Amino acid sequence: MKKYSKLTDIQNDLKNKTITLPQLVEDYLKNIDQTKDFNIFLEVFDEEAKSKAQEIQQKIESGNAGKLAGMVIAIKDNICYKNHKVSASSKILENFESLFSATAVERLLKEDAIIIGRTNCDEFAMGSSNENSYFGAVKNPVNPEYVPGGSSGGSAAAVAANTCLAALGSDTGGSIRQPASFCGVVGLKPTYGRISRHGLIAYASSFDQIGPLTQSVEDAALITQVIAGMDEYDTTCSSKPVDNYTESINKPEKKYKITYFKSYIEKEGLDPEIKEHLLNTIENLKAQGHIVETSDFPYLDYVVPTYYVLTTAEASSNLARYDGIHFGYRSPNAHDLESTYVLSRSEGFGDEVKRRIMLGTYVLSAGYYDAYYAKGQKVRRILKQETERILSEYDFILLPTTPGTAFKIGEQIDDPIKMYLEDIFTVQANLTGVPAISLPTGKHSNGLPFGIQIMSKHFAENELFAFANTFNINA
Amino acid sequence: MSVDIKTVERIAELAKLQFNNEAKEKIQADMNKMLDFVGKLNELDTEGVEPLIYMLDEPQRLRKDEVNGQVTQQEALKNAPDKDSDYIKVPKVIKQ
Repeated sequence: MKKYSKLTDIQNDLKNKTITLPQLVEDYLKNIDQTKDFNIFLEVFDEEAKSKAQEIQQKIESGNAGKLAGMVIAIKDNICYKNHKVSASSKILENFESLFSATAVERLLKEDAIIIGRTNCDEFAMGSSNENSYFGAVKNPVNPEYVPGGSSGGSAAAVAANTCLAALGSDTGGSIRQPASFCGVVGLKPTYGRISRHGLIAYASSFDQIGPLTQSVEDAALITQVIAGMDEYDTTCSSKPVDNYTESINKPEKKYKITYFKSYIEKEGLDPEIKEHLLNTIENLKAQGHIVETSDFPYLDYVVPTYYVLTTAEASSNLARYDGIHFGYRSPNAHDLESTYVLSRSEGFGDEVKRRIMLGTYVLSAGYYDAYYAKGQKVRRILKQETERILSEYDFILLPTTPGTAFKIGEQIDDPIKMYLEDIFTVQANLTGVPAISLPTGKHSNGLPFGIQIMSKHFAENELFAFANTFNINA
Repeated sequence: MSVDIKTVERIAELAKLQFNNEAKEKIQADMNKMLDFVGKLNELDTEGVEPLIYMLDEPQRLRKDEVNGQVTQQEALKNAPDKDSDYIKVPKVIKQ
């Protein structure tokens, strides 16, 4: 099949009748079948996708199709789709079927996107390698010996393997951007509150955001525009109007004021080729007439610890609902109410989830609350204020997405701290709520792709997309 | 601050989780490693800093207290692991 990297190309071909939507869906299904070994999809909605394709093809012909007609999209297995299974890649939700659709999904469907399946991820979105899935690890399509990153590893791999045009993921500490970097695709973590979290299985509610993984900035902008905006089902979803992102990316290029942190570039453990690529990018931006300056952000060593205190605390609270009673897995070994709770949870959750629930319960428990949880919330305010101060002087912050390229499957699984440090450059955006995008601009001598990351002001997705669209990407 | 086995047991009880002895030692070691790691926050002076709780700068919206969007009984029972036609079943709670 022809490899499409943006929806407008598909829509042109549909209009010119070079392809039909049912044929396009068949082609993607074929690709899904050929990449089965990568363990990307937990379920493919093939029959449904085929019949939707017929229906939308009719609409295209009669000229009343939605904005996303022609888009074939996958959703991460923690985003609800009515009457479809959603398991968060956990045994505890293995056979759970959602009673409603996430607001983001509703809005995609309303614009005639076709949802082709649900993608593997780390259990409850906890992980940076997609190895924490109850349904097994996902392989990186660029090189199957390597992880695709996580937690939205299946979504990133789905796009990289050309099994769909785009995918939805969720990002709590880098779970869209890190796999986007590892698989060589575009990944956006929108501003906290830009997209409704209704129907997203909660991990850490003050961090989680749904966002797109795509092969072009244009599609990321379009998807975000469709799914963003106020929702009565999520009171943390902002009422700010949504800008016309797709229009703004085609406006003439502006000259921006950009900053980067020396402490980040000098960070021990940052791959020298990624560093060099970033420095070259900075030189290019200067040559294009942008102002690029360094600034100080002395908190890099604090971001991941703050993230772990707060997200584990929120997780321990959010995951209290899985009790083996109303829905989900119930242990066959339980003999009374207490053992129903304890055994269902102990048998239903994987090791990493239990580890985080334990730490979260600890930091919230009497005697430790102030020392850890309240302390973390205070540090979070400092991080937010400092980031906002810098972004009041600059339009963008430029930084690496990940310290290195993808690692081999099994290589880091025994060292939780090392795994947590995968997120060192991505958690800042979640801690502070600002939007950040990872663009696949780098190619390492080891053959693997990597991204660079751009952060901007709260709700400045408009500028972020416009600037991101000026980069040459290799997706 | 170091977590002993007794604390692991107490936290597990609060979290409604259970670990065998080997897993208990592993989780103790992991928790101590993680607490060491997050202990770094103590280096920062946060005197007088208010904890950050709400991420949005907008005032909280309240919705009207109206009954709507409820699931039907059949829907509510759909995902229950043990049920009859009307109720979710749980193990016996009252002892004779």
